Amino acid sequence: MTWDEASVARRAAAFLAEHDPATVDRLEFLRARFDAGLAWVHFPEGLGGLGAPRELQAVADRELRGTPDNQPGRIGIGLGMAAPTILAFGTEEQKRRFLRPLWTGEEVWCQLFSEPGAGSDLATLATRAVREGDEWVVDGQKVWTSSAHTARWGLLLARTDPGVPKHRGLTYFVCDMHAPGVEVRPLRQITGEAEFNEVFLTGVRLPEALRLGEAGDGWRVAQATLMNERVAIGGMPVRRTMMEVVADTWRSRPELRTHDLHQRLLRLWVESEVMRLTAARLREQLAAGHPGPEGSGMKLAFARLHQELSGLEVELLREDGLAYDDWTFRRPEAVDFLGREAGYRYLRAKGNSIEGGTSEILRNIIAERVLGLPAEPRADKDVAWKDLPR
Amino acid sequence: MTLLYTEVEEELRAAVRDLLADRCSSSAVLGRVESGVESGMPYDAELWKTLARDIGVAGLLVPEELGGAASGAGGASAREAAVVLEELGRAVAPVPYLSSAVLATQALLTAWGAAGGEVAGELLGRLAAGEATAALAVPFAASPYAPPAPAVSLSEDGTVTGTVGGVIGAEIADVLLVPVRLTRGTALCAVETSPAGTVQGAVRVAPVTSLDLTRPIATVSFASAPARVVATAGGPETPWVREALLRGAGLLASEQLGIAEWCLATTVAYVRERRQFARPVGSFQAVKHRLADLWLEIAGARAAARNAAARLAEAPVAGDITVAVAVAQAHCGAVAVHAAEECVQLHGGIGMTWEHPAHLYLKRAKADQIALGTPGDHREALAGPADLPAPV
Repeated sequence: MTWDEASVARRAAAFLAEHDPATVDRLEFLRARFDAGLAWVHFPEGLGGLGAPRELQAVADRELRGTPDNQPGRIGIGLGMAAPTILAFGTEEQKRRFLRPLWTGEEVWCQLFSEPGAGSDLATLATRAVREGDEWVVDGQKVWTSSAHTARWGLLLARTDPGVPKHRGLTYFVCDMHAPGVEVRPLRQITGEAEFNEVFLTGVRLPEALRLGEAGDGWRVAQATLMNERVAIGGMPVRRTMMEVVADTWRSRPELRTHDLHQRLLRLWVESEVMRLTAARLREQLAAGHPGPEGSGMKLAFARLHQELSGLEVELLREDGLAYDDWTFRRPEAVDFLGREAGYRYLRAKGNSIEGGTSEILRNIIAERVLGLPAEPRADKDVAWKDLPR
Repeated sequence: MTLLYTEVEEELRAAVRDLLADRCSSSAVLGRVESGVESGMPYDAELWKTLARDIGVAGLLVPEELGGAASGAGGASAREAAVVLEELGRAVAPVPYLSSAVLATQALLTAWGAAGGEVAGELLGRLAAGEATAALAVPFAASPYAPPAPAVSLSEDGTVTGTVGGVIGAEIADVLLVPVRLTRGTALCAVETSPAGTVQGAVRVAPVTSLDLTRPIATVSFASAPARVVATAGGPETPWVREALLRGAGLLASEQLGIAEWCLATTVAYVRERRQFARPVGSFQAVKHRLADLWLEIAGARAAARNAAARLAEAPVAGDITVAVAVAQAHCGAVAVHAAEECVQLHGGIGMTWEHPAHLYLKRAKADQIALGTPGDHREALAGPADLPAPV
C-alpha cells in the first residue's frame, strides 16, 4: 500500500490502543513497536518498517511522543551506521537477527575501523582475518572505538587478502564483542576522560555467518557506513550552540570584557550566523531534491568555529581559565559540551577537526569532488598491500 | 522566504548573463577602462541603456504604479535586484546600476513612501523606464550607522551650493540627489545635470583617480545649482540617506558574491591547466586547501547575501533588517577581497599583469569592502541586536 500522513497516524493510534505504555513493560513496548513497523517506517515490512517514505517517520514519532523510547543517544552507532549497512548488505537472516535488538537498544553496536596505523588512510588497515574452515580468525588492533565496552556487536573491517592493492583486499564482518580474544581498554584523552576505547583482537574466531557482504568487497560496504556516519553527525540535534555558551559568559561577566575580545567575539558571532544560514540553505536544497555540495563543508566550518569559540572563552575567563573542572579518568556515556566547563570544551573541540574525517581530508574532498581539481599523485594505488612501504 | 533562487530569478540571471557575455567581456571592460580615463566617462552608456530599458533592470525596486516592476504580490523585489548585482559583479560591469537603480532609487523610494511626494514619484518613473539615470551625492564610503551630515546648503532662491567627495555614478547621472541642510532640519534635493535643466557651470563632476577602475569616484560641486526639494525632515538626520545606505549595503553583498564567484571559478580553471614540476599546480594540497577554504567562505556568502536580499524584499519589512544586512556585509565584504587576493596569488606572475582581468576584481572588491560601511562598522552594529555589549 501507499503510506501517507493519515494512514501512518492511524497505524500509530491502532498500535497505542493495543499497547498501553502505562501498563506494558518498556522493552516489550519497544519490541511491539518494532513489530508494528513503527520503528523506522522507511525500512521494509517485517524489519521494523512499513516501506513508507522516510519523512513519515516524523508522523510516527509525533504520534508516539511521550511513550518509552530506545534512548537514541546511547545507541547512535547502531542506529546511524550499523542499521543502514546491515539493511543494504546483510543477508535476510542477518537482518532478522540483528535489526530488532539493535533498534530496541537491547544490543549496543560499535565501529571497529580505525587503527593506530590507519587513520585518514583507512584502507591501509592491517587487522588480518584468515579463513579456517567455516570460520575467520581475526588478529589486530582497533582504536577510537566508542561504546566498545558496552557493545554486543562491532562493525569490523579487516584485511583478508594482503596480495592485492589496499582497497581490494578488505572484508566486512560483524564482530562478536563477547568472543574470546576480544579485549577492550579505555583510551584516555586530553580531556582526562575516556569516551573511546582501544580494542585488541587476538585469535578471535568469527563464524562465516557474521561476514557482511562478499569477501573482498569490504571497502564498498564500509563506504555505506561512512556515508551514513556523516549524515548521522550532520543530523545530530543541538541543544545549545557553542556561540550561545560563550555569549552567556560574556553577558554575565561584564568585568571580563575588553575591546579586543569584543571585536573577536563579534567576528565569531557573524561566522556563527553565516554557518546557521548556510545550513538552512542546505536543508532547503535537500528538501527540494537538490542535495548541494555545501554538506561536505559544514563539518569543516563547524570544527573551526567550535575551536575558535571555545578558545576565546578560556581566554575571556582569565584567572578562571587557569582552572579545570575535573581530570578524573571517567568513561562518560556521551560527549557533554554543556555540562562541563570552558577548559573541557576547549580541549574536546580539538577533536572536531580530527574525528569523522580530518579537516585536511575534507578540504581534499571539496577540492577534488566539488571544484574538480586533480588528485594528488598516488604511489599506493596499484601496489599490493603487502608490498607497500612502511 | 527561501534562500534558494526562484525560477523567475534564474531567468532574469540568464538574460543578464547572456547580454554581459556578449557585450561586457573582460577585454571589453579593460578597453573601457583605458578610454574612460581619457574621456572622463568610465561607464558603458550603451550597455546600461540596454540593461535598463530592454531587460528592465532599472525598475526592479520601483513599484508597478510608478512604472516599475516591483509589487508585493509576486512582482519584482530586492531578490531580483540582488541577482542582477551578482551578475554585474561577476563581470565587473561598468554600469551605474548600484548608484542609480539601487542607492538613488532607494533614497527616492523612502522619500516617496513617507510623503507620497510628487517629485519623487516623477523621478522614480523616469528611472524605472530607463529614461534617466540618477546618483546619490553622498560619499560611497559612508556608513549607514553614521551617515555624514549634509555638506550642501539650500538657498532661499531654491539653488544648492556645496561640495561632496567620493561619489559614484555622478559622471553618467542626469539627476543628482543631494542631501542638504536647512536652517532647521534637512532635505533631499534633486538637481538636473543636463544643459537644459541647469545653469552653465552650476554642477561640476570632477573625476578622482580611483582605486576601483570600473566604478571610480568623483567630487561633485554645486554652485547655486537650481534644485527641486524631494522631501524634508525636521531633525538633523537624513532618513532617505540612511535607508539607501543600509539597503544598498544589503544588496552590495550580492555584488560581492558575484565577484568572489568569478574569482574562484577563474582560479580553479587556471590551476587545473597551469603546470609546474610536471603536474597541474592545482594538484598540490597547498593550493587545493586554499581553494577549498575559499569555496566554503563563498557558500556562506551566498547564504548570507540571499538572506539579506530576502529580508529586504519583505513588504512590509517584519522587524529590523539591520542584522541581515550587517551579517551579509561583514562576511561578504571580506570574502570578495579574499577571493580576489587568492585569484591574484594563485595566478602567479600573470595575475600581477595589467593584461589579466584579475586586478579589476581586486580593485572592485577592495573598494566595495570600504563602501557603505566597512566590515568593522557592520560588526559593531551587531553588538546591540546580538546582545554582546562593548566593554564600558
